[in-house]
Amino acid sequence: MTGITSENLKGTTYDVARIREDFPILRREVNGHPLVYLDNAASAQKPQVVIDTLDEYYREHNANVHRGLHTLSEEATTAYEEGREVSRRFINAGSLEEVIFVRGTTEGINLVAQSYGRTHLQRGDEVLITYMEHHSNIVPWQIVCEQTGATLKVCPIDEHGQLVWESFEALVGARTKIVAFAHISNALGTINPVRRMVEKAHEVGAVTVIDGAQAAPHLRIDVQALDCDFYTFSGHKMFAPTGVGVLYGKKHLLEAMPPWQGGGDMIKTVSFERTVYNALPYKFEAGTPIIAGVIGMAAAMRYLEEVGLDRIAAYEAELLEYGTRRLQEIPGLRLIGTASQKAGVLSFVMDVAHPHDIGTILSHEGVAVRTGHHCAQPLMDFFQVPATVRASLALYNDRDDLDALVRGLEKVRRLFA
Amino acid sequence: MCAGTIEPRHLYRDLILDHGRRPRNLGRLQRPSHRAEGDNPVCGDRLTLFLRLEDEVIREIGLEVRACAICTASASMMSELVKGGAKTEALECASAFKALMAGQEPATHLGDLLSLSAVRQFPSRIKCAELAWHALEAALAGSKSMVTTEEVGS
Repeated sequence: MTGITSENLKGTTYDVARIREDFPILRREVNGHPLVYLDNAASAQKPQVVIDTLDEYYREHNANVHRGLHTLSEEATTAYEEGREVSRRFINAGSLEEVIFVRGTTEGINLVAQSYGRTHLQRGDEVLITYMEHHSNIVPWQIVCEQTGATLKVCPIDEHGQLVWESFEALVGARTKIVAFAHISNALGTINPVRRMVEKAHEVGAVTVIDGAQAAPHLRIDVQALDCDFYTFSGHKMFAPTGVGVLYGKKHLLEAMPPWQGGGDMIKTVSFERTVYNALPYKFEAGTPIIAGVIGMAAAMRYLEEVGLDRIAAYEAELLEYGTRRLQEIPGLRLIGTASQKAGVLSFVMDVAHPHDIGTILSHEGVAVRTGHHCAQPLMDFFQVPATVRASLALYNDRDDLDALVRGLEKVRRLFA
Repeated sequence: MCAGTIEPRHLYRDLILDHGRRPRNLGRLQRPSHRAEGDNPVCGDRLTLFLRLEDEVIREIGLEVRACAICTASASMMSELVKGGAKTEALECASAFKALMAGQEPATHLGDLLSLSAVRQFPSRIKCAELAWHALEAALAGSKSMVTTEEVGS
């Protein structure tokens, strides 16, 4: 199971045309137009190398892991555990024991809320989140607060969609036990000052949980530099298959946490009287793990490393600037989310049409965007919009994609104005 | 299937755009006998329907609507169709409209609402067109609770 050796990716300039060749779906037509895929924040497309890796796994190596003595099981186990090492490197975790495979960001947050939160929170304690969180970083905390009697606090944002730092500082206090926030907001694209937020939380001894779902495909993650306690992200938004993701946790915290789910693989010995749990990271991986998903995700991580996450971030920043400029030229269009530090997202409303109508017209033009509340209803209320249109970028998007978006929006204006 | 092969102009006919821009019977009623709210949490369509019935006849109808053009137009045309008619007729219209969305022949005269028949080619938009009708049924059933597209299915 080798990684790619694509010559496409060598060199110093960012050749988006050659990167596009790595993604077969971009060659398809939609409604008579070339596909313009701008719904990457919802789910990203897969490069050939990920598709091939999955294909090869199922054709050549498929078996259960950590169990069989036979060749296939050993091969599958090796590939699966290689995936852990690739994941460790991808986020610069200190050890393999700190890398737990989960179904995705949502499961990662729920695991922390139920295993860490439920055993550490009590009445009077506070969990702090921000106004820009995805529902998956709100609801798990509401649930655990209800279970433990802790209180959920929400840090406000300003009209650009940026955290209000003074409020954050004021809200982090002696009662604060957990601070959970997005690295990058899915609905706005705001990049939070995560390093400072972690530092602030640590001043009062609170534990930090970072939702990295939108960060993983766009920038280099270094959990040791961030010094965060937990960090979680999904594979499918970073060009890997659906149904797999990573939860990073500091070893001393994970060791002290009870298992979240019981079953096979997470145990050492079982009798009806007593069960001894397995060591990290297996303690948190009950049942047959997401074998193919992890192997596919490792292929995606290797791909991103070969392209270079710093190059991707620089290219996307330029593309975002171009897209912002083009959208601002459209009369009656209002950008939602204008933070100074932003990545990958152009969220907007138009005066002539509801986001849902805009989405239908764009789809007809082959342009895929997300319309709706983006699983962030409190944020929509804050900006007093029912929904937005969200165009979200990935490493394979180019100026032509954004030009197609703008042409589609001009059609919207002609039809509805 | 194949929503995109149909020109958006077939979906957004002039009649629909007109009702979408200037919905009829807009505003809340002073003393409604029935009301219901409709919510499509997926796309953010939201409306409140007010009815004043007398002797099982819809004497007055009022709408508060913050929704897409399809939802707004459907609500507006619905309000014109059922106003002044019997409750039973309104419920027949609701059934007929749902039949239209399901690709069947509506059993009742639907007038301008037939202009929404192209919506059925856009499966993700059918809920938008049906929201006002679910609210109408909920209001007439005496339900004060909110109806959402997610609970009513379809």
